[in-house]
Amino acid sequence: MIAVDERGYYGEFGGAYIPEMLYPNVEELRQRYLEIMQEDIFQKQFHRLLRDYVGRPSPLYLAERLSEHYNTNIYLKREDLNHTGAHKINNTIGQILLAKRLGKKRIIAETGAGQHGVATATVCALMGMPCVVYMGAVDIKRQAPNVSRMRMLGAEVRPAESGSRTLKDATNEAIRDWINNPVDTHYIIGSAVGPHPYPDMVARFQSVISEEMKWQLEEHTGSTKPNAVIACVGGGSNAAGAYFHYLNEPDVRLIAVEAAGKGVHSGESAATSVLGTKGIIHGSRTLLMQTKDGQIVEPYSLSAGLDYPGIGPMHAHLIASGRAEAISITDEDALKAAYFLSKKEGIIPALETSHAFAALDVMEYNSSDVIVICLSGRGDKDLETFINHFDDYQNGDL
Amino acid sequence: MSRLQSLFERKKQDALNVYFTAGYPALDDTGKIIRALDNAGVDLIEVGMPYSDPLADGPTIQESGQQAIQNGMTLPLLFEQIAEAREHTDIPLVLMGYFNPVMQYGEQRFFDRCAAAGIDGLILPDLPVYEYENFYREGIEKAGLDISFLITPQTSDERIRQIDALSTGFVYMVSNSAITGAKSGISEEQIAYFERIRSMQLESPRLIGFGISSHETFQTACQYANGAIIGSAYIRALGEGQPVEEATHQFVQQILKTPIPQD
Ligand SMILES: Cc1ncc(COP(=O)(O)O)c(C=O)c1O
Repeated sequence: MIAVDERGYYGEFGGAYIPEMLYPNVEELRQRYLEIMQEDIFQKQFHRLLRDYVGRPSPLYLAERLSEHYNTNIYLKREDLNHTGAHKINNTIGQILLAKRLGKKRIIAETGAGQHGVATATVCALMGMPCVVYMGAVDIKRQAPNVSRMRMLGAEVRPAESGSRTLKDATNEAIRDWINNPVDTHYIIGSAVGPHPYPDMVARFQSVISEEMKWQLEEHTGSTKPNAVIACVGGGSNAAGAYFHYLNEPDVRLIAVEAAGKGVHSGESAATSVLGTKGIIHGSRTLLMQTKDGQIVEPYSLSAGLDYPGIGPMHAHLIASGRAEAISITDEDALKAAYFLSKKEGIIPALETSHAFAALDVMEYNSSDVIVICLSGRGDKDLETFINHFDDYQNGDL
Repeated sequence: MSRLQSLFERKKQDALNVYFTAGYPALDDTGKIIRALDNAGVDLIEVGMPYSDPLADGPTIQESGQQAIQNGMTLPLLFEQIAEAREHTDIPLVLMGYFNPVMQYGEQRFFDRCAAAGIDGLILPDLPVYEYENFYREGIEKAGLDISFLITPQTSDERIRQIDALSTGFVYMVSNSAITGAKSGISEEQIAYFERIRSMQLESPRLIGFGISSHETFQTACQYANGAIIGSAYIRALGEGQPVEEATHQFVQQILKTPIPQD
């Protein structure tokens, strides 16, 4: 049985390695998240907003031309069609309702690609709550449209200037803000990372993805189960949601796609399952990229949402125990997959999501297989990157 | 009796604990700083292991840690430096650091090496009480090390009692709800918190830290606890470019405002 225990461990991974300053808030969440999430009124509000505001259920689409190319059966779970353009909003809707229920008055978040920042700014506008989003200074540059969106939605975007000035550092700054504002503030973490109960809480909010997949697949194929589910993994929230209802179905392969950056062993990579060792990052015992002295290494990926030196503890456990298969995809292969999907299916995916598509070129499968790819987000935010590399792609230089 | 216990046996008031980041300003300053602090009349010293991602620390300690790592500070080197410094002093030394580097070194190996190098106690701010009790308490006790846990203005009375019972060095009272960094003064709200904790009559000595930076804030803290801890303000003093000995002497003098014993 794959599930988190009461202390937040998946096997040996998880827990809550946090300074005492965070304890009251995290403990309050730990004691109350399940009870609140299970209340009728909470469930009603959550599902009503997912339907009427987010636009769920998101379609499960049989990608015929892609299937023909790969000679198998590929379905796309269209999280890109959600309001704000990615799966991130499933979690922020859930957490803002929880924050309100806990009487919190102010919201903070970290963001990498800006999708989680936008999804948080959006629900804060919806609920009339002040919102501060921490974003690495490097990411503020490479994801400029999302920065403008957050500001337009009324959020304050604060640059994180320490370390690699990317997602890890934005998360550090958000945690420090929470330490400084322990009473009125809720921290909406954007991935299945952080101290318990965050990884489990985020996975549960995202689990709507596989909940829908089951009945949608049954309508399409007569079975609720695919042969494989593929998702990209930054911290692991879209993957956690896409795997959730299949975790204990061992005949469903779970494929976790990480960012190899310029190559797994190039020194510029974010392939945590290969390069990571056991340790603690952002309050969780998990796999992370670090030196032998235990200093966290600065990761690299062209895709801001995968540019993170750790993975959530559930994924560390799934990979370490062999339940999930990890695949690493380079920047170049992710770009190629993005251009290919755009032409084949008329869908421009997010750069993060493109990594999941590139996995089709390296994994093994049968022609009779049913494969679901979690299409975690759309590529509008990455247009500048896509434009910059398009000529190289056309000229065969990628 | 451990060095920490005999210190608090002897000195029930005005204990001054000064923090520095090992490897800052220069890689081999550790011994010099320990000697200078000892000579200047400090009662105990908190040696900070630099870490890339110190979640509970403000910019001053973050930057000193970054510099120390760049200078080449590692745990094996730090243990060597401390063992060497220990030959010349009897002052209680407490090692403060985040848990990830401890895990990489090997937890039990770390505890044993600390003891062998002459470290007296540990502060591991992101090692939670639950994990301490279930996984590490035995090993730390076996190594003969003291341990101090933190409490904050938000810590419940029940948990304060638990932390008091588990702490063997002192209880580290975080002075306000904030990351480390020098603040200008101490508010009435903080005083109310100090009084509340004082009235709980804990078994462990209490030291107040975070935001203590001057003679005035040190004195105020000492009215409500057995002593206080200064970190960021000292790091800043060290960063001003004066030789370690002079900077330390002047800094401690400013805090204590009493003549420093000559040796
Ligand atoms: C579209 C999209 N997919 C995936 C991710 C990666 O995050 P996670 O692993 O939590 O799903 C991001 C993060 O920003 C994203 O924007």
